[in-house]
Amino acid sequence: MKKIFFVLLCVFVAITSSFLSACGKNKEELIFYNWQDYIDPDVVDMFTEETGISVIIEPFDTNESMYIKVKNTGGYDVILPSDYMVQRMVNDGLLEKLDMSKIPNYSHIDDNFKNLYFDPANEYFVPYMWGTVGILYDSTRVYEPIDSWEALWDERYEGEIFMYNSVRDAMTAPLKMLGYSVNTLDAGELDEAAALLIEQKPLVKAYLGEPVKDKMIGGEGIMAVMYSGDAQFCQFENENLVYTIPKEGSNIFVDGLVIPKTAPNKENAMKFIDFLCRPEIAALNSEYLGYSTANRSALELIDPELMENPIFWATDEEIARCEFFEDLGDFRDDFDRVWSEVLIGN
Amino acid sequence: MRNKWISGPYLVWMALFIIIPLFLTGYYAFTDTDGAFTMAGFSRAFEPMYLSVLLNSIRIAAISTAICLLLGYPVAYILSRPEFAGKSTLFFLFAVPMWMNYLLRTYSWMSILETNGILNSLLAFLRLPKIDILYTDSAVILGMVYNFLPFMILPIHTALAKIDYSLVESAQDLGANPVTVFKRVVLPLSVPGVVSGITMVFMPAVTTFIIPSLLGGGQYMLIGNLIENQFLTAYDWNFGAALSLILMAVIILSMMIVLRVDKDNEGGTLI
Amino acid sequence: MKVLKRAYLAVILIFLYAPIVVLIVFSFNEAKSRGVWGGFSLKWYGELFKDRQIIQALYNTLLIAAISAVTATAIGTAAALGINAMRRTPRKVILNLSNIPVMNPDIVTGVSLMLLFLFIVGLIGKGNLGFGTLLMSHITFNIPYVTLSVLPKVRQLDPAIYEAAQDLGAKPFTSFWRVVFPQLLPGIVTGMIFAFTLSLDDFVISFFTTGPGVSNLSIIIYSSAAKRGINPEINALSTFMFVVVLLLLFLINRRDARELKKNKKKEIRT
Repeated sequence: MKKIFFVLLCVFVAITSSFLSACGKNKEELIFYNWQDYIDPDVVDMFTEETGISVIIEPFDTNESMYIKVKNTGGYDVILPSDYMVQRMVNDGLLEKLDMSKIPNYSHIDDNFKNLYFDPANEYFVPYMWGTVGILYDSTRVYEPIDSWEALWDERYEGEIFMYNSVRDAMTAPLKMLGYSVNTLDAGELDEAAALLIEQKPLVKAYLGEPVKDKMIGGEGIMAVMYSGDAQFCQFENENLVYTIPKEGSNIFVDGLVIPKTAPNKENAMKFIDFLCRPEIAALNSEYLGYSTANRSALELIDPELMENPIFWATDEEIARCEFFEDLGDFRDDFDRVWSEVLIGN
Repeated sequence: MRNKWISGPYLVWMALFIIIPLFLTGYYAFTDTDGAFTMAGFSRAFEPMYLSVLLNSIRIAAISTAICLLLGYPVAYILSRPEFAGKSTLFFLFAVPMWMNYLLRTYSWMSILETNGILNSLLAFLRLPKIDILYTDSAVILGMVYNFLPFMILPIHTALAKIDYSLVESAQDLGANPVTVFKRVVLPLSVPGVVSGITMVFMPAVTTFIIPSLLGGGQYMLIGNLIENQFLTAYDWNFGAALSLILMAVIILSMMIVLRVDKDNEGGTLI
Repeated sequence: MKVLKRAYLAVILIFLYAPIVVLIVFSFNEAKSRGVWGGFSLKWYGELFKDRQIIQALYNTLLIAAISAVTATAIGTAAALGINAMRRTPRKVILNLSNIPVMNPDIVTGVSLMLLFLFIVGLIGKGNLGFGTLLMSHITFNIPYVTLSVLPKVRQLDPAIYEAAQDLGAKPFTSFWRVVFPQLLPGIVTGMIFAFTLSLDDFVISFFTTGPGVSNLSIIIYSSAAKRGINPEINALSTFMFVVVLLLLFLINRRDARELKKNKKKEIRT
């Protein structure tokens, strides 16, 4: 009997102490809803050291899954969505207008990333990193250098191809190959693209998200659809990997910081955003991630060798072939539907 | 002692957290995004494409269950034999793996099965041909068998251990050969264990979304993945809810079939 | 024949332990990447205790497992006693209802609880998914397991003993506590341990019912391990927990064995 009382006592102590620790939580906090592995952990530590605000990073894997969470639950302070998703969030009234007087370092942002179509007055969005979508391939195992999306349909690479498992990124390749816009609102064009993906299915090894980086570094496949920054990261680890933006054109994206209306710690959120806009911080982050920063002043601080790497900094000519995603409105459902068909179809 | 009201908190809790949520799911399943009544979710679920997902889930779960039974029955049988019966440590060894997080164990299979993974390095060392099954049906089935095999072994072992060994001996004394003894005495007596083993493997296998998403590489969508996808990515909660209800119906139906086979179950047993 | 049997058991055991051995080996790997052996190192064990996110998740996991197991045990045991006192029809109905959460696929339970919590948050206009909802979900899926493991013990009770205690002048609570409770104890303990384990290992229901900034270990594993290769710190943690659990199980087993012996001696004496 004594033993049971002892156990109960322990549990009681545990419960009360947990409540106490909950009460003692007046310490400053910030919840950052971010892509997996999309910030240098040292940068976060530096912020905490300087301001005493502890940052809890919660990862998401696609813009779409992030949107559902933010729409249905509050609690996130800073979020890092991509362009077209910012457009959707602004339209749905989910985002807070930023107080730019509290983000003085916004002045360092490259003018190319200001006044974009989804935030013409620069009210909601602070650009963070930008990049393109292309093919990363193992140069030692291809028959010839790759410059076209058609390589993903080449039967010689059967079972060696990784596709990206989010709907917009997966549809980019077939739409561009057919010469259509990635923002098509035409059901016929969409069906054609989906048919191509279904035709490609036997050649594909897997549809993955983040883990594809590990796979390519480890030589598990010959080519993969990938974001430029991730491709840069893979190249750091495995020199044989080469990135190309196919000649048919592709997608260019810019990810940035926003604050949702439901954020509990808006002041801390502004401080954090301002901190990330400091040129030296942006440079550190950019070098760590392999993504190109949208911070103009940071460019001078980045290793010049890296700046010359074509993956890290796409040429104007390459950028000219790429287009931004736009929110599709109700046509989203059609994209989701054909994408399910692709994944399910045998 | 004879106070039925002390189950009050339980009834309230279950009403709040089991019954109401199921009604909510039902509400979503029978409405559209504007809250109007519709059966669209169900009719969509029975379109050939989505139906094939359900059938595929059942097929893969059935194969996994069959393999678990084939592999697990001999284990349970051997462990229940007199020469091993005293060795509880040995039996213990079969339960221990369940004490490590199943996500991690499943994930670990990935490093084993990769093209340049541990298994293939080993095979290459032995000069044997490579096996490349990651991201196929086989990998998903392997993951299921791996995760659920102990659920098959434990109940069968319980049933076999209960058998009075003198029954076996008297059968032998009466001249039955080992095959007959097994077929006529041991096997029939182990049926309750087999039945509960089958349910305990089939049910989680048909509903899992983790195993196919880790080992199936995205292209093998099972019903669990489809539901998860509706709630977390495609944002079609009404369709997701309809699929959930259908999945529940499948499970309850198969339970009813099983309970019919296993008559001496009085509606409330554990393992 | 015996050799064959042993060989078969060995093969199955190798199958069951292969991934665990891989995990444990890689937790001592100096290199971060899988597949590359960088030499033996305890580095990840050191890093582990510095990683705030993992420690917080471990704390959440253990706290939720403890609170939910104890709460579920209290509610579930009371329920078992109450259900036993009921007449046949209501008892059958309630037993069948108790089976719902046991039979229901995890994903359906998780999704329906998420819908409930979001509905309530929307209704009262404040609060959020997080630790509280996680805890409530765990209590919910734990209760039926406790009830179902206590119920058989309740059925075995002899009501005459309880009445005898009262006839001898014991108050109802005393007679329950001193007479009935000890007889239920094995079932209660089994149920509580079972509940604790289920809670520790749960991923699916937690995944759907948690909120911003609150994770348990499974969620951390899913988001970090499943997304960028096994994080060696997580390997270290699992190895550590695995060893702790093994030790605990070993101790419990030994105690059981000793008690069994003691009881046998008693039987012989009487």
